[in-house]
Amino acid sequence: MNKFSPILAKILEFIRRAPKVPLIILLILVASAIFADFLAWHDPEIGDPRQRLLPPFWEERGNIRYPLGTDTMGRDVLSRLIYGARVSLLVALAAVIFAACLGTAAGVIAGFFGGWVDQAIMRFTDSWLSIPTVMFGILMAVIVGPGVFNIIIILGAVYWTRYARVTRGETLSLKTRDFVHLATIAGCGKFRIIRKHILPNVMNNVITLASLQIGVVIVVEASLTFLGVGVPPPKPAWGLMLSEGRGGLLAGYWWLIVSPGVAIALLVMSFNLIGDWLRLYLDPHYRNIKA
Amino acid sequence: MIFLAARIGPDPAFMIASPGADEGELNSIRDRFGLNEPLPIQYVIFVKKALQADFGESIYYGLPVSEIVWQRLPASLKLVGAAKLISLGIGLVAGVLAARRRGGWMDNAVRWFSLAGLSMPNFWIAMLFILIFSVKLKILPTGGYGGIAHLLMPAFSLGWYFSAGYTRITYSSLLQVLNSEYIKLARVKGLSEMSVVGKHGLKNALIPVVTLAGMNIVIMISGAVAIEMVFAWPGLGLLMYHGAIYRDFNVVQAVILFISVSMVMVNLLVDILYAYLDPRIRYQ
Repeated sequence: MNKFSPILAKILEFIRRAPKVPLIILLILVASAIFADFLAWHDPEIGDPRQRLLPPFWEERGNIRYPLGTDTMGRDVLSRLIYGARVSLLVALAAVIFAACLGTAAGVIAGFFGGWVDQAIMRFTDSWLSIPTVMFGILMAVIVGPGVFNIIIILGAVYWTRYARVTRGETLSLKTRDFVHLATIAGCGKFRIIRKHILPNVMNNVITLASLQIGVVIVVEASLTFLGVGVPPPKPAWGLMLSEGRGGLLAGYWWLIVSPGVAIALLVMSFNLIGDWLRLYLDPHYRNIKA
Repeated sequence: MIFLAARIGPDPAFMIASPGADEGELNSIRDRFGLNEPLPIQYVIFVKKALQADFGESIYYGLPVSEIVWQRLPASLKLVGAAKLISLGIGLVAGVLAARRRGGWMDNAVRWFSLAGLSMPNFWIAMLFILIFSVKLKILPTGGYGGIAHLLMPAFSLGWYFSAGYTRITYSSLLQVLNSEYIKLARVKGLSEMSVVGKHGLKNALIPVVTLAGMNIVIMISGAVAIEMVFAWPGLGLLMYHGAIYRDFNVVQAVILFISVSMVMVNLLVDILYAYLDPRIRYQ
């Protein structure tokens, strides 16, 4: 119990101060992603063609068994939404973690070692940054082919530079601080300094950036999938639901695109809200006030 | 900056490898486009030709690429320009309104509004617009290139996201400025509220907005791809997308290069604008 109490206390404190609504929304979405198999009533990939294009249950032809309606192939929209959460969350989290690791490593190394290493890495980062993101994503997706794993790598490759810049700046300023000097004098090896002193302080910024980036990544993933270069069908993904629903617009099948869109918006909004709050929470000035 | 442009070259060059693998029968075509030379030589040829604005021919269209890009450019510019105006207009107005009445209902409403704008994928907003305005209300056309009616929805969809950003920046920047010394001085001097906020406050609050606007222009062009697809708007984004799908790498190279170069130039312009807006920078 001794080892756990401080960590538990920290977590409880965190939850107590966090904005509740986005947290709850997030929890619901994450839960549906994890427990999709239990929550969804119908199979998201195989539909019943006899039930195609049913509107949501509150409309005339609607059926309570298909609460949000069905799509062109008779698949239940709600089930697809629930399973789609899985894909979106998985891709976004994995891509952001990947980008963060890559970027942080590059940034810290550049900032810490300075000199030509710094210059080289920064040049590389800058030129990478100038490539328009969505287009680059399309390009890469066409080259390496569609697929969940590929998208994660692509998205990570597009966004890692943000982390590199931020961590490099932080590292540079941290390097000049006293405790780093003391550690060097005490004879700490370079990697040890990085690990124990620089990384923990850089992490706060990285986490803030990451939480804000997740929203962006989710939307970009949806865009890429919408354009056909992301997650391939028939896997349920919100972007796919949007592109398939697009054909039904003119005929008035509005539920095909409203639901996935709302889902995306809710997910991104929750992440953004939490990210904003996280930024305040992790700000050292704020932390001093609470004590 | 040349380094930036140079970096773009090798990446599309990789594409030459992949279609070459599964289109082995098209050797004659590859010959025609000089694809059989080793990669470094191709790259050098590319740079040489690019400097002369010769991007070769499009495999798909059979026309010189520079012509195609040139044709599509006005459409893209129109879209981005209109979207920029809309987003700046909404953003600035909303930001100023919110900043002036802090803590009021207006402030909160604006904040939620901008958050919503940031969270929704632009092509979804586009489709919602189509649903509401084209299908239910039947007042706007669903797509295609044309006059104001055709431009309205795409521009709005594209601009919505960015107006959220501008709102936030204007809001926080204006707040900061309004609290500073010389604004208080202006108030004490007895200048009218309009003059205080409008002339002094706004001019300095605009600096970060301009930065953001500069950075956003290119994001807009690339983000327009999805919208162009939804509205069948013939712009550069769609061109690049088709190019990528059909392995028309001359087109892809040209478009990416063009956009990167534009980005660099726009950043330059923004820097110059900076110097104009903030006299402090000029004396550096």
